[in-house]
Amino acid sequence: MGSLATASFFVPKFLKAFETGQVVPPGNKVAVILQLSGGNDGLNTVIPVRNDIYYRSRPKLGIEKSKAINITDETGLHPQLTAFADAYHDGSLAILNSVGYPNPDRSHFRSMDIWHSASDSNEYLTTGWLGRYLDAQCNGCGQPTQALELDDILSLALKGEQTKGLAFKDPKRLYGTSNERFFRAVAQDHKDHHDEQPVDYLYKTMAETLSSADYIFKQSRLHPTKTEYPDTELGKNLRTIASLIFSDINTKVYYVSLGSFDTHINQQMQQERLFREMNDAIAAFVKDLKSNNRFDDVLFFTFSEFGRRVSQNASGGTDHGTANNMFFLGGGLKEKGILNALPDLSDLDDGDLKHKIDFKNVYATILNKWLGADDQKILNRKYDQLSFL
Amino acid sequence: MWRAGFGPAAVQLRQLKDIEPLDLFRALQKASSKKPRFISAADSYLKGLTKGIQEEGVKRKNLDQADRKRMQQQSRQAIRSLNLMWLNEMVSAEGQLREKMAFFWHGHFASRNLNVFYQQQLLDIIRSNALGNFRDLLHEVSKSAAILNFLNANQNRKDHPNENFAREVMELFTLGRGNYTEQDVKEAARAFTGWGANLQGDFVFRKFLHDFGIKTVLKKTGNLTGEEVLDHLVDQKETARFITQKIYRFFVNDIPDPAHIAWLSDRFYQSNYEISSLMQDIFTSDWFYEEKNIGVRIKSPIELLVGIQRMLPMEFQQEEVLLIMQRLLGQVLFSPPNVAGWPGGRSWIDSSSLMMRLRLPQLFTDNDELNMSPKSDDDQAMGMTEKYAKQKNIRGAQLIVTDIDWKDYMKNFDGIPREALVKSLVNSLLQVKPHFSEQTIKTYSDSDSREGFIQTATIQIMSTPEYQMC
Repeated sequence: MGSLATASFFVPKFLKAFETGQVVPPGNKVAVILQLSGGNDGLNTVIPVRNDIYYRSRPKLGIEKSKAINITDETGLHPQLTAFADAYHDGSLAILNSVGYPNPDRSHFRSMDIWHSASDSNEYLTTGWLGRYLDAQCNGCGQPTQALELDDILSLALKGEQTKGLAFKDPKRLYGTSNERFFRAVAQDHKDHHDEQPVDYLYKTMAETLSSADYIFKQSRLHPTKTEYPDTELGKNLRTIASLIFSDINTKVYYVSLGSFDTHINQQMQQERLFREMNDAIAAFVKDLKSNNRFDDVLFFTFSEFGRRVSQNASGGTDHGTANNMFFLGGGLKEKGILNALPDLSDLDDGDLKHKIDFKNVYATILNKWLGADDQKILNRKYDQLSFL
Repeated sequence: MWRAGFGPAAVQLRQLKDIEPLDLFRALQKASSKKPRFISAADSYLKGLTKGIQEEGVKRKNLDQADRKRMQQQSRQAIRSLNLMWLNEMVSAEGQLREKMAFFWHGHFASRNLNVFYQQQLLDIIRSNALGNFRDLLHEVSKSAAILNFLNANQNRKDHPNENFAREVMELFTLGRGNYTEQDVKEAARAFTGWGANLQGDFVFRKFLHDFGIKTVLKKTGNLTGEEVLDHLVDQKETARFITQKIYRFFVNDIPDPAHIAWLSDRFYQSNYEISSLMQDIFTSDWFYEEKNIGVRIKSPIELLVGIQRMLPMEFQQEEVLLIMQRLLGQVLFSPPNVAGWPGGRSWIDSSSLMMRLRLPQLFTDNDELNMSPKSDDDQAMGMTEKYAKQKNIRGAQLIVTDIDWKDYMKNFDGIPREALVKSLVNSLLQVKPHFSEQTIKTYSDSDSREGFIQTATIQIMSTPEYQMC
């Protein structure tokens, strides 16, 4: 059990696991979402190393077969993505190609909005898919810590009608302000009022925030991880997430972003830098989860608001495109490897990839099969589920 | 004042005590009736650059990459200036009702656009017509470059219609969802074919792209032009109802009262869409002053930011801090989330945004440091790092240096005995009865001097949930 020996409070879970003969205690699954902000270039992430059209469209930007990390005969990964290649070989990585949605929008904001709210491209929803998951799951639950975002600002994805996730960067200074004692006093004063005024909603949010701050801080200190993480923003965030996963917190969804992948110019350098940050942080995270025996409970996945155009532009970059690939990483995948065909570069829509899989099918799969939620209610429609989970 | 404008100004506090609400409304109406000054943020350099591009005409494609980039950068910078200029106008304008109404239309006719000329033109249209006639406003807005471009009208061609513009005009600007069919959208889109705008923002009708065939929109058949479709939409009573309901939710209560809406929208329709009459009907109705309609709306971030500055006139060492605040609080002028505008109400509030709101007054008085950073905006940054967000070093914690002019504000409390001060401050600052106790304010305020007490107690009262309501 290694480092778990000291983690006394895992013991009951492990005993339970032994009882049922399973290594992983059931009902303990979490999802970690990494948003690649700005539109990551999917074609230089998962590279069609035997495709002439790819190299013809990108004489300068195309990544040569000899430089890519070749995982199959026709597929290479970006040279920085060593941890992802390792995961591919040990059966804990799945790649889904050509994910997108009909009538794609090329504005960052709008397209991100569509991914966050899981709306159609001509529909405007004011709640996010994870927020609606909270609404469905969290009816009357005490702590709004079921979904946490590692950021100063909460994303639309985590905003529900009734329940919203919680955003913070550092558990230590979660809302730590010089005026905190005053806020606690004001919240205390309100306790005796139950007259259902509109201002009550603000008091409720305030009280929950203050108590969640305590809760998260305490949980984050229970099992500080010993694994070394890179000293980057993402590294720190994943370390925080890991220490919370090892705690007894009720969080099901963690949300974190990396960017900007908006590589109109100098793509090579920028993508390389961001991928190095992503790869090194993920390498540490995977190692950490494995050594704490939680790898099978965690589904990590990536998405971006769109991919980029197939052809390079004149400034050493690429412009906004459409469909893109997604990585799924974890010990609990039912299907591994490359889940579907690489994008067909001979069948484009005005220079852009055609999407083959709607991202809402992916959401439905994760909601239903991983988080055990009512996907139809959350997505307002029935979407066919995929079989990788 | 909170409900017809952005809250009282420090100098107005005392006068307000003796004035009847109706007289106050008339005074605001009068002050708001003047035509507003055009707010221009584009400097002559940018104007020259744009003009140059315009004259190049067909050669635009050959335009120097560097010039193009420079223009985009300048334009983005100018939009930030435009944001601050209008924000300042909201703080200082006598025509508070007009600015508040314009702020409503800014969310109603929402557009995101990186061209500052388009943005300032649209702003001028909504400010000039804010209290005018809705029909005129709709026509002008629909022909503005900002809206036409944002809604892809330029791509709407006879043999290749783009329905985006027609759909949003019906769904969001006039009828509201459920009052038209998909077929109406298709037919209306044909009527708008050929509408577009040039780079300088002038409306152009490209005849050769227009579909001159017979169309049927909402039971009206004929060789309809875009203008005729707009008029036909306004002729529908559903439009009056939709607009009235939205205004009611913005100015009165998030939960609409069907009887009030019916009465107001009938009269709005009969007045041929005079916005000023509608506002008068609202502000002179008894129910407007009923307790259940007071202090029930959550201030939008802009209302909150402007309101504090009206009460406590302040100068910022770096005005751009106000842009960062807007982003942290979730509402940036000229950057609505989408064409549907800001959803408002409870959507403003989550744990981070609420705590940010509660900390705001402390930040302004240098008692707290800003240790939060907004999310990146890739539409604005266009692949560049966001210089103004990072260079100004807001990544790390920093104090927001402001200079608050307390003089006028303090005068309002001259002669009020010390023990009655908290009550008096609460009455001046809040629209609702507080749930917190006077003692809590006293405990967390500086009681060394009378002046210090008033100032710190004011900041604490502004840092409560109650202050978020208007």
